[in-house]
Amino acid sequence: MQSDDLRQLYQEVILDHNRSPRNLGKLEPHTHAAEGFNPLCGDQIELYLRVSDSGIIEDVRFDGHGCAISRASASLMTEEIKGKTIEQVHELFERFHQAIRSDPSSPLTEHGLGKLVVLLGVREFPTRVKCATLAWHTLEQALRGGGTTSTE
Amino acid sequence: MSLHSQIETTYDVEYIRRQFPILRQMPYGKPLVYLDNAATTQKPQCVLDAMDQYYTTTHSNVHRGVHYLSERATAAYERARDVVCRFIGAAHREEVIFTRGTTESINLVAAAWGRANLRNGDEILLSVFEHHSNIVPWQLVAQQTGAQLRVIPLEADGSFSVDRALEMITERTRIVAIAHVSNVLGLIVPIEAIIERAHQVGARVLLDGAQAIAHCPVDVQKLDCDFYAFSGHKVYGPTGIGVLYGKREILESMPPYQGGGDMIRRVTFEHTTYNDLPYKFEAGTPPIAEAIGLARALEFVDSVGINAIEQWEQQLVNQCVALLSELDGCVHILGSPNQRASVVSFVCDGIHPHDIATVLDREGIAIRAGHHCAQPLMDFFGIPASSRFSVAAYTTPDEIVRAVDALKECLKLLR
Repeated sequence: MQSDDLRQLYQEVILDHNRSPRNLGKLEPHTHAAEGFNPLCGDQIELYLRVSDSGIIEDVRFDGHGCAISRASASLMTEEIKGKTIEQVHELFERFHQAIRSDPSSPLTEHGLGKLVVLLGVREFPTRVKCATLAWHTLEQALRGGGTTSTE
Repeated sequence: MSLHSQIETTYDVEYIRRQFPILRQMPYGKPLVYLDNAATTQKPQCVLDAMDQYYTTTHSNVHRGVHYLSERATAAYERARDVVCRFIGAAHREEVIFTRGTTESINLVAAAWGRANLRNGDEILLSVFEHHSNIVPWQLVAQQTGAQLRVIPLEADGSFSVDRALEMITERTRIVAIAHVSNVLGLIVPIEAIIERAHQVGARVLLDGAQAIAHCPVDVQKLDCDFYAFSGHKVYGPTGIGVLYGKREILESMPPYQGGGDMIRRVTFEHTTYNDLPYKFEAGTPPIAEAIGLARALEFVDSVGINAIEQWEQQLVNQCVALLSELDGCVHILGSPNQRASVVSFVCDGIHPHDIATVLDREGIAIRAGHHCAQPLMDFFGIPASSRFSVAAYTTPDEIVRAVDALKECLKLLR
């Protein structure tokens, strides 16, 4: 019988996004793109964005392979950032990053995280934080002008 | 009496387990099941004691001082060399070079032997299942010398064909650098014919023994290999120590690898003459306590018997393969070696190895998930990563059952 921590980590929403990721595939035409690697486990993600002149993320897709946490996180991210401004996206990542890396014994701040709260079970699994943030680091890389990023 | 029960009665695994204090741990309140032995093995109390005692009573620098402690430290360090020499069946003690590990041993050969002997158009023959540490050093020397890497593939069904390997050894082959046991497939490479053919064409053979040394008998003279590399920490010894065995006449003909203290006889700013073997290749203060710990670890292996360990582990691996094969066809074991030593790697439909490792970890079961430092082999199978169970002398059949049961629960949770 698995522990509560595990059931929290692999809750149904995450497994669903892993099995059927949203916004999967390539986006043509796109304005921004980047590739991210997690050398520890071989996760790889390609991220494509179409950003409007006024700085709004109009569309986003991702491709690649990885563990359930990294795929679900990428899928949830694409849902959360669509329609937001670049400024709002940076703020959201900042909040998410802080929450997911916080001490598991500290109170959880779910405020303003939207659907991303389902990923906060990762707090209990420090070695998996990189899996959950790979898509976000790749997003930041894309917004900086593209190229390749690595979590190591 | 069946073979199974014969081994059970003569092989006292509980007695062996009691010698490994770390195995008493209870991660997450559950008994530790350590199945990551291909990454590194745990240490018996006698190794911990030998190193502790060395630092408590004997420590000094070796080959230098004339004082009491230095003489004792030198004697203990050189005795460690004798133990390694006997363990691998080397003809001469000076054929045993202490290094930091398998990686440094291979780098030593690639740099010192490779730069002196490889020319434009020469071929370095590797296999597709090599660990990165038996690929990258050869790439570096190939770039410097113009030599080419050639790669022995696996067959479509994941098996290894000796005939294909033999076909690829040609007049252009200068060295064959190949794993004795694959750290992903567990394949025991049928190496004898390869060595014989290599020598017929005048090529050298380096065996990467990192995954073999703790799991099957190694006799370098019988194998007739030119170089044999292994790490202490994969054979119940400490980290930071490894061995390069090389045939004496080859080592003598090679230029030094690193320069420094201990590897010289006379230094002036105009000219330096080098020390004799093995010191020519041991620049600087060596890992003394680690060498002593390694020797004690090899004596531990001898006390159990490498043949007994091999037989015990074979039984565990067979059990593991049988249990995994029962899992409804959703588990695919990598490779199909005729002889498999200590390692079983697999992938599960729709589930990433990293998720499996996390779920098993919470059951107290330590396994490896990832590319196992063998990315070209992952590419060959068209997978980013795999899960790996790897056993050691202290692994029990009950632990294999617990690991496979936990995997079943994991499949239920994640599929």
